[in-house]
Formats: sequence, structure tokens, C-alpha cells
Amino acid sequence: MLDWKLDFTWEILPRLIAAAGNTLIAAGGGYVVAVILGLVFVLAQRTPFRVLTFIVRELVEFIRSTPLLLQIFFIYYVGPQIGLRLSPWTAGLIAIGLHYAAYLSEVYRGGIENVPKGQWEAARAINLSTVQTYRRIIIPQALPPALAGMGNYLVGIFKDTPMLSVIGVAELMHTANSIGADNYRYLEPYTIVGLIFLAISLPTAWLIRRFESAVRRKMGLTR
Amino acid sequence: MSYLEFLATYSDRFIDGTLVTLGQFGLAVLVATAAALVSGLMKMAHSKLVRAIAVGYIEIFRGTSLLVQLYWFYFVLPLFGFSMEKFTAGFVTVGLCYGAYGAELVRGSIQSVPRGQWEAALALNMTPAQRMRRVILPQALVTILPPWGNLMVEILKGTALVALISVADLMFETRQINNNTYLSAQAFGTALIIYYIFARFMVTPTMRWLERVMARKIGRS
Amino acid sequence: MKDDMSQYPLRLEGDSVPMVRFQNVTKRYGQLTVLDGLNLDVAEGEMVTIIGPSGSGKTTVLRMLMTLEEIDEGVIYVDGDPLTHMEKNGRLVRANAAHMRRMRAKIGMCFQHFNLFPHMTALGNCMEGPVHVLGMPKKEAEERALELLDMVGMAHKSDQHPSRLSGGQQQRVAIARALAMRPKVMLFDEVTSALDPEVISEVTGVIRSLVDQHSLTMLMVTHQIGFARDISDRVCFFYGGRIEEQGAPGILLDSPQKDRTRQFLSAVLEAN
Repeated sequence: MLDWKLDFTWEILPRLIAAAGNTLIAAGGGYVVAVILGLVFVLAQRTPFRVLTFIVRELVEFIRSTPLLLQIFFIYYVGPQIGLRLSPWTAGLIAIGLHYAAYLSEVYRGGIENVPKGQWEAARAINLSTVQTYRRIIIPQALPPALAGMGNYLVGIFKDTPMLSVIGVAELMHTANSIGADNYRYLEPYTIVGLIFLAISLPTAWLIRRFESAVRRKMGLTR
Repeated sequence: MSYLEFLATYSDRFIDGTLVTLGQFGLAVLVATAAALVSGLMKMAHSKLVRAIAVGYIEIFRGTSLLVQLYWFYFVLPLFGFSMEKFTAGFVTVGLCYGAYGAELVRGSIQSVPRGQWEAALALNMTPAQRMRRVILPQALVTILPPWGNLMVEILKGTALVALISVADLMFETRQINNNTYLSAQAFGTALIIYYIFARFMVTPTMRWLERVMARKIGRS
Repeated sequence: MKDDMSQYPLRLEGDSVPMVRFQNVTKRYGQLTVLDGLNLDVAEGEMVTIIGPSGSGKTTVLRMLMTLEEIDEGVIYVDGDPLTHMEKNGRLVRANAAHMRRMRAKIGMCFQHFNLFPHMTALGNCMEGPVHVLGMPKKEAEERALELLDMVGMAHKSDQHPSRLSGGQQQRVAIARALAMRPKVMLFDEVTSALDPEVISEVTGVIRSLVDQHSLTMLMVTHQIGFARDISDRVCFFYGGRIEEQGAPGILLDSPQKDRTRQFLSAVLEAN
């Protein structure tokens, strides 16, 4: 029934591991975009400009409510229609970065709203400016609870990179597909891809939990 | 071609695709709910073996990609003697994937019920099953509904991936239309709006309504 | 109802300018009037205690003085200058952020729930304002903070985070943090209400010594009638957003003239 070919495994393993590098680059690049853009999203929602707040809020909702796969296609194919030819890598990083920015902005927002009102009041009572209040009082307290969410989405972005294969980014899934098609064998490539994902995401998730509790301890936030 | 002409020409295909997507969504929700409930409860069992099975399921599905799982279920599982129609492979995989996320929600919501409730149920001499069904689960249900609503939206979005194993859902039809017409903005834009309407104006309000109903039932509104 | 701003002076001048003046101050939350045309002067160095049932607006008085709440009508003056307003072309207009920030430097506040910054040590809490607002060199700020922590009996815990301190200890650090800003006016908002009975005296002791040794102007909201009697120069009884009755503690607390004051005092004494 099952015939796992070891020599085939050894043959394709180097290619898959190299492709895993691309997967990590895609995840890392997309995450950087998401972390920064997410901050822009959340700060835009905290300005006194009602219209801006409304537009950004709706944009975040829209991005969160629609499939990433569709967003990837949209950005990749609609670009040329308006005269903007994006490489698969660029389109992919924009799509995945934008998608996760919407999620991260919610994580940041939760973190900020989690800081008790008394902290804002105490900051005002010692006369800190708004910028100082954010930088020295609010963000240091908003960050530790946000770290768990940020970490989850780092793992999440990593697991969503296979979708980039549909526009031809040569990451793990794309490579496994072409190995499968070339050799008419799917058992080994797909199974190895699954194992590589497990081998990266499980320890990462564990490390993130450790990191989060270390940060909490360091900031004296444990009870 | 104006957008209205575009819609008139391809509305049938959008509708067909949407119906398949809704079918996938509904069935995947059922699979996910069952898998989450079973594995979430198993993870709190006394038996180490039962717990290990639940942990194995949860970690494997949460640790890999839905797309990898789909390909594996559709292309590799038949080698083990389990062949599934692509339609079935689609909603089963999506359901199992999100069921693993749901399991953590189930566990969390049950653990959020105060200890005093367990003790009070015990003091009334209820059996473990009665305690769970009559005291704990109704209260856990109220806390689980808001994150469960988010999970529903994730499932809806997740079903878009079944297009990649050629299930003719909304995503699949949209891609076909794009390939035939090169009207990418119209094709993908229409699909984005359809998904958005379902998520924002159907799934989310339904879950909010359920939250209100449950809160009222349990006397917490 | 638009307030006619010309009735308010641009600044208070003369021989006996109060440290704090509420002139005709009204505060509403929607339909609810929390403070109704409040007039209250507090002289420099005076210790005024505000008592009253919950919802009488007593905490709002302190929060408005700390600019945590906006006022709807009237003007608050601190040290002769308007706090809630500022002069522009010879008339009073709403204070902008810069003006409020300048005025806030004169005021310090301690809160019911301490509101210490949990990610900083006791010392860090007391240095935060001096270093980042007053621009004091770190070394000097640290010396001063340690002095203040010593004064409140917390020097030995200066390197601890708030989560490691008891409520009474946290409140003492909070007092040191407020004093580190060298305010002219100190506000104490139910600072003992969140404390266990056995540690209340830690905090009241510190406030007592402040009253004895410093010439700070203080406003305090409290439920502790006995403490108020001991240390206040004046006690104000608030009811329904107004001062129902006020006077020296011995007179107001022992022989109140108004029924509501009597009822409130007997209810509070009953509870104690």
C-alpha cells in the first residue's frame, strides 16, 4: 500500500530545504511589512480625524473579512491592468503584509486598550506629553500582552506563505508541486513539506511563549 | 465591456461558485465544530493516551498550512486507501484544520467557568456528564461565542483554498473568468465583495445574534 | 446656555489671592449635573477635606483640578492664573494643551488605585516625571527620589516593581512620585479606600507628616471622618453637586447645622 522511496527522498530533500529558505524569507519580509503597516493602521485610528478613523477601520475590516488567496490574485493581476507590473515576490509580500497588518493592528489596539485608564491619568498627573505617555507608559505595557498575538501571527504568516505558490513564488509548496508533477510522485514531497512546516512552526510557537513570559518578567508585570 | 455587462455575462458563474462556497462553508463548520468539541474535551481527559491523541491532532493541524493539508488529503491520502471526492476532501480538510483552532477555544472557555461552579455541581451530586452538560457547557458557550464568530469568518475565508484542488467554488469560478477575460479588477473585485458581504453582513451578525440569545438564556444580558 | 466670560478676571490679583479658586464651575455628564455652579477658594497652605455621599461630585472636583475632566461652565484658577482657560487678546478662551501642561506643573495627585507604572520600579516611578518632564539630570532626580521614598518609609523597596508591593506601600510610593514633581497643590483622591484596614495608617501617617512639615496646599477626598477631623483646616460637605455646608472640622463634624450633613455623618459613623 504505502511505498515510501528513501532514495527519492534523499534526492529531493536538498531542493525542498533550499525552498524552505525562500519560505522563511517570504514570511520574514511579509512580517516586517505587516508589523510596520499595522502600526500605521492603529495609529491612524487613534487620531482625532473621524473620517480617517472610519476609512481605516473599514479597510481593516474588509481585509480581515476576505480570503488572502483572493487578495494575492487581486494585487498580482490587477497591477498590470492599471499599468503596474509587479513581480510575484513583490505582489506576494504586499498582499501578505497588508493582510497581516490588518490583524496586527487589532492586536496592537487590544494591547493599548488593555492598559488601564488610571495609567493615562497618572501620566497626565506627572505632566508627561502625549508622545512621552505613549512611548514611556502605554507602549511598554501594551507590548507584553500584544506579544502573544504578534507571535501567533508570525507563525500564521509563515503557514500562509504556501498561497504565494499560486502566483509563482518559488517557496516550499511551489517546489513540492513541481517535484510532484515532474516525477508523478506526491507522497514524499507533500509529506516532507508538512514535516518541515511542523519542524519550524512548533518550536517557534514554543519559543514565542518563552519569550513572552521572559519579557513580562523583565518588565515586572508578573503577579 | 462595462462592469454591468460584465456582471450580466458572468453572474451565473458567480452564483454557481457562491453556492458551492456556501456548501463548503456550512459543511466545514459542522466538521470543525464536531472536531473542536471532541478534541477540546479529549485534551482535558484524565487518560494520558486520550490527551496525547488530542494534542497530536491539534498540533499537527495548527502546525502546518491549510494548503499543505489540502494537497496532502487530496493527493496523498488516496495512497493509504482513503479516496475522497474533491468536494468532500475540501470541506473535511478545512473543517479539521479550523477544528484544531476551535479545540483551544473549547478548552479555554470550559476552563473559564469558575471552580465554584464545578464544586456546586458536585455538591448537588451530579454525575460528571451532568455537570458538564447541565452546568459547565451552557456557561462556557457564552464565553466561546465571540471568538467562535471570528473562527467562522476564518473558515469562510479558508474555503477559498479548495479552489486549488479544483472544487468549483467562488474562488475557482473567479479565476476561470479572469483567465477567459483578463478583466482582473472586475473578476477578483466582485469576488472580494461577495466574500466581504457574507463575512460582514451574514456570518458576523448571525454570531452576534447568537451571543445575545445565549446571554439572555443564561441570564447575563 | 453660553457662559459670559467677561465676568471672570483674566488673573487674580491683590493681597490674598487663593491658591485654588473654583468660580461658578459646572460639570455635566449628559443630563446629569455633577457640579452645579461650584464656588470654592483654597488658601495657600490650607488643607481642605471634601466629604459627601457617592455621586455628590466630590471626586470630580479633584479630577477637574488635575485636568482629567473638562468643565462645562466657570473658570478654575490656580496660583492666580486660570487653569481651564487662558488669555487671548484680552479675553479668556479655553486653555490649549500647552497652557494646561504649563499649569499642571503646579498640581500633583494621588489616586484611589495608586496607578503606579507597573513596568518601572518604585524609584523609576519617582524619577519618571522629574527626568522626562522637568528635564532634571538623572543623578539629581535619583537622589531626590530616594529622599522622598525615605520620607514615606519606602527607601528599602526602591528597586521593587509595584506588583511586589502591598497596597499601602504602593500608595506611599505614589505620594512620593507626586511630590517629586514639586507641586504647589496636592490632591488626594480617596487614597485609603482601596486599602486593607490594617495598612491605612501607613498612608494617613505620611499625609499627616506632610501637613505638619510642609506648607503644601492640599485637597483631599476621603471617607475617614476621624482622619479628616485631625488634619484638616476646613471640611466641605458636598451634596448634589454643591457645597451643602463647610467649616472648621470641629464645628462641621461635631455640630452640623444642616439635616443632610447630620444624616450623612451619622450614617458614616454607624458604618465605622
